[in-house]
Amino acid sequence: MEASAPRIVRYTFRERVVHLAAALSYVYLLLTGLAFWTPAMYWLAVVLGGGYLSRVLHPWVGLVFSGAVAIMYAIWRRDMRTTDADRAWRKAVLHYIRNEDAKVPPASRFNFGQKQLFWIMVGGGLALLLSGLVLWFVAFMPWELRALRYAAVLVHAVAALVTIAGFIVHLYMGLLVVPGGLSAILHGTVSERWARHHHPLWLADRPQSGVVSGFSRTDDDVRSQL
Amino acid sequence: MSLELRRVSASGSPAPGVRTVPDVTKLVDTSTCIGCKACEVACQEWNDLPPETTVQTGTYQTLPNTTAHFWNLIKFNEHDDQSGALRWLMRKDQCMHCTEPGCLIACPAPGAIVQYANGIVDFQQDQCIGCGYCITGCPFDVPKFNPQTRRVYKCTLCIDRVSVGLQPACVKACPTSCLQFGTKDAMLEVANRRVDQLKASGFAQAAVYDPPGVGGTGVVTVLAFGDQPELYGLPRNPTVPAAVTFWKGPLKWIGNLGMLGGLAIAAIHYVRFGRKADPDVDHSPTPTAQRPSRHKSTSDENL
Repeated sequence: MEASAPRIVRYTFRERVVHLAAALSYVYLLLTGLAFWTPAMYWLAVVLGGGYLSRVLHPWVGLVFSGAVAIMYAIWRRDMRTTDADRAWRKAVLHYIRNEDAKVPPASRFNFGQKQLFWIMVGGGLALLLSGLVLWFVAFMPWELRALRYAAVLVHAVAALVTIAGFIVHLYMGLLVVPGGLSAILHGTVSERWARHHHPLWLADRPQSGVVSGFSRTDDDVRSQL
Repeated sequence: MSLELRRVSASGSPAPGVRTVPDVTKLVDTSTCIGCKACEVACQEWNDLPPETTVQTGTYQTLPNTTAHFWNLIKFNEHDDQSGALRWLMRKDQCMHCTEPGCLIACPAPGAIVQYANGIVDFQQDQCIGCGYCITGCPFDVPKFNPQTRRVYKCTLCIDRVSVGLQPACVKACPTSCLQFGTKDAMLEVANRRVDQLKASGFAQAAVYDPPGVGGTGVVTVLAFGDQPELYGLPRNPTVPAAVTFWKGPLKWIGNLGMLGGLAIAAIHYVRFGRKADPDVDHSPTPTAQRPSRHKSTSDENL
């Protein structure tokens, strides 16, 4: 990697902060949630300050996560629509899994897998929020509405498991499979070659001049957006 | 040794109790209850609970429901039976001490709910995390949340008295012997004898309420209108909620296997395919002035 190579803004500061808030809150929710899920992992709550504190903080951190996901929805939902290019990508997903990237159709700003994760987290997050509110205030739910309690424990568990499946893939890909992915979401920029390799349609769509939708050609413009 | 443990909440290991002791049971004969509320007072006194302000509900009932500070409530129900007679049905609302306790099954905090060898189900508030899962697990709406301590409370069946050979405080105070206490076998015998008496007196539907859906209860109730437990505010066939049984049973195993499977698949993928080629690292054998627009996949290198 040459230091002089132009860098392209992939994630603006706002996007990175929101992603970081979602990531940190999700990890806390995951660890404390696993502690409540099974006695085999209750030690996680002990490490994080005890079961009582974990139970007190879990719903509040859940609100942070919900807020972060809501902002992500607002700023990314257009980028996350499934397109014909995604359908072609989906058919070639086995090539992507086998790291045969040359055989994978070009992706736009986000590839189909990333879009799937986004919708899993939006849908799962909403289900977790609604069921979580019932669980949070279960002591104040009237007996006549106990069906909501029963629904809430199941919805919360199933939605959590679905997001965990997505999270395992997401974390594994970001940390271990895609070079430059972690750096992009932390520091915001990628090289032009990285963009051409992973997201060629996004690179091609970007405006050739000016600062529009998170990109520019010059380093000065890049810095101004970071 | 009644303090030996038969079940412990959120425990992956078997409960440590090894001795077998008879189940203890409180018998409530609703047909001889006179609604004096001595049991309510005895409960508050013995357990030294903070007083609750009474609520006028239009009957003699002390409060609409049990609370975190009020574990034993006589519920006054009026029933117009078929003969046109107005029946005043009093029922002792308290923890039923289920043999299969939904609260304990739902509880995620190790040791926060225990079942002693004699069948008494007890909350250990120092281990309680205040999640309220027991409230969801209970088919009788018994556990009550205290917002100040953020913990849950209910009748202990006076385990502190029973463990030293005394009767529960409510039984001790009852002036009509509508409340009795002993082994489950002895109490069922008394209850069945009383049901026979009631049947002979014209209450053909009299029955003992010892619901099998929760494995029987440590509080059995004689009901003159045994075919209609709802008249007394009792569920007809209480069970641990199916959602709780599924959640704490199959779903937990499906979820645990799924999570472990996900980690295993990621690990196998990493060993088999590994990291993708880094486009920022030039792999082409002959570098050109113009960078290649798209790198060939280099997955073969990783094999």
